[in-house]
Amino acid sequence: MLVRVTTLSSTTSSYGVPADLAEATSSDSSLRRFLHGLPGVDQVGAEARAASLGTRSIKTTAKAFALDLAVRMVDLTTLEGQDTPGKVRALASKALRPDPADPTCPQVAAVCVYPDMVATAKEVLGDSGVNVAAVATAFPSGRAARDIKLMDTQDAVEAGADEIDMVIDRGAFLAGRYMQVFEEIVAVREACARPDGSTAHLKVIFETGELQTYDNVRRASWLAMMAGGHFIKTSTGKVQPAATLPVTMVMLEAVRDYRELTGQMVGVKPAGGIRTAKDAIKYLVTVNEVAGQDWLDPDWFRFGASTLLNDLLMQRTKMRTGRYSGPDYFTLD
Amino acid sequence: MSTRIDVRKTYKLYIGGAFPRSESGRSYVVEDSKGTFLANASYASRKDARDAVVAARKAFGGWSARTPYNRGQVVYRIAEVLEGRRAQFVDEVQRSEGGTKRQAEAAVDESVDRLVWYAGWADKLAQVVGGTNPVAAPYFNFSVPEPTGVVAVLAPQQSSLLGLVSVVAPVIVTGNTVVVATSATRPLPAITLSEVLATSDVPGGVVNVLTGALGDTAPTLASHMDVNAIDLTGAAGAEGVDPTALEVAAAENLKRVVRAAAEEPDWTEAPGLDRMTAFLETKTVWHPVGI
Repeated sequence: MLVRVTTLSSTTSSYGVPADLAEATSSDSSLRRFLHGLPGVDQVGAEARAASLGTRSIKTTAKAFALDLAVRMVDLTTLEGQDTPGKVRALASKALRPDPADPTCPQVAAVCVYPDMVATAKEVLGDSGVNVAAVATAFPSGRAARDIKLMDTQDAVEAGADEIDMVIDRGAFLAGRYMQVFEEIVAVREACARPDGSTAHLKVIFETGELQTYDNVRRASWLAMMAGGHFIKTSTGKVQPAATLPVTMVMLEAVRDYRELTGQMVGVKPAGGIRTAKDAIKYLVTVNEVAGQDWLDPDWFRFGASTLLNDLLMQRTKMRTGRYSGPDYFTLD
Repeated sequence: MSTRIDVRKTYKLYIGGAFPRSESGRSYVVEDSKGTFLANASYASRKDARDAVVAARKAFGGWSARTPYNRGQVVYRIAEVLEGRRAQFVDEVQRSEGGTKRQAEAAVDESVDRLVWYAGWADKLAQVVGGTNPVAAPYFNFSVPEPTGVVAVLAPQQSSLLGLVSVVAPVIVTGNTVVVATSATRPLPAITLSEVLATSDVPGGVVNVLTGALGDTAPTLASHMDVNAIDLTGAAGAEGVDPTALEVAAAENLKRVVRAAAEEPDWTEAPGLDRMTAFLETKTVWHPVGI
């Protein structure tokens, strides 16, 4: 029996992916056949590869580049029941000028909030280039009727959200009702359309902590990409474990292979549990090594985080001044 | 009969209640006063100092919130555990500092007594340096001492145990947490003291011990923006550090600084309150009355 080590995969042809992806999604059984036909992930190999990528030493100018890039990739997130308009405004202001003491500090990519806070965030951010992302579709469990999820999405888009973070129905996915998940993503994507013909970017959250296996992560990735998601995202941040390096690596392999097959690029967003600049740099190394340089861009890779930003700023300050900084000098959020 | 092979130890740092290797992987040889091999010790780097400050900051909230009475109990417990390892300390002090066994025993006993003395001050200091203030207005006005935060301590270079205890105990007993850089050439009693701390009731992170020369750690601690005070005692006679430069670096975030004396003080003298009050801030409350 031939055992393929997935971490060494370089071509997609070996995936056995049908040339015509439309055929794979034509019926429930063909979709299942396609997803289960994807090669399995070698768990030990994937974890070893991720761990080895995490040992790279990134110093001086490369580190300065990585820190700035990581700041630009942050989706500054607040998803709590106790969020107030004041807190969202403060967070949005921070997104515009993360380090008021340093004018060279770049803006973050987006602010991620619940749909009812989109208008508040938009008020502050305006057309500054910092996007507003809204979680929708019965976040974080994804357990609601489809029309409710679509209403939720439309509501956020109307309020001015530039990006929609949807959750998949893990119950349906784990029960093997792939077509239901597929159709739901397609429907939500249609709900992201604005009256002027443009469309809000759609990120599809898998909640990998609930998917149990890397095989499932790979299947979910292909499912979401074929359904037209612009981004695939690991977690809601509400379930442990959230984003891990091996899971993100498996997803990066999927987007790389998908581009080779179809020519379309899909973004990746790990979210939850990334708290230090050191972690963030490990992710960037993995992006570069697995997916390639094209993904080293805020349009194609994001960090869903809140505490990460302060650590990035502290590291930037250390590089600029030579002194270690402390949490006293940055906002609490 | 076969000859037993010596166990050549390589000691580690004490950060956040754990014993990690130096992040840099460096270690150095510790020799006794006659120049024979004693052990290997970790050579702390700038990043180890940073990690130690993070651990100390994390521990500060819980430690400073404990009742002074409880902190006194914990410091007393350190004295108890230290006393239980008396023979080991006597041996290490004698081999590190030279001198007679009697002198080493005296230093260890004095260290235990010093800890007990400071433990007793935990719940009494507020009455001595705080109090009510008479004011010419309808207010009940009182001042209380509060810990200042994370304190970096450069421990004395000569007195490896008594000197160390005399600079660390007054800092923690009032509720501060500490990052201590030990004597570079005589670190063994400090390493054993960290084993004592780990097995007494001191929460992890309250005391963090860095071994190795001060060249890397001292400037990092002095310039660190999240360190609230620094005790430069150990800069006296240490190689590769400039006490004046450390003071200048410490001024950036207005750290409280205890300056290095030209000569290392005689640690057997009565300590007084200065080392405790140096790392305290006074909070004064104006409470309206009679309205």
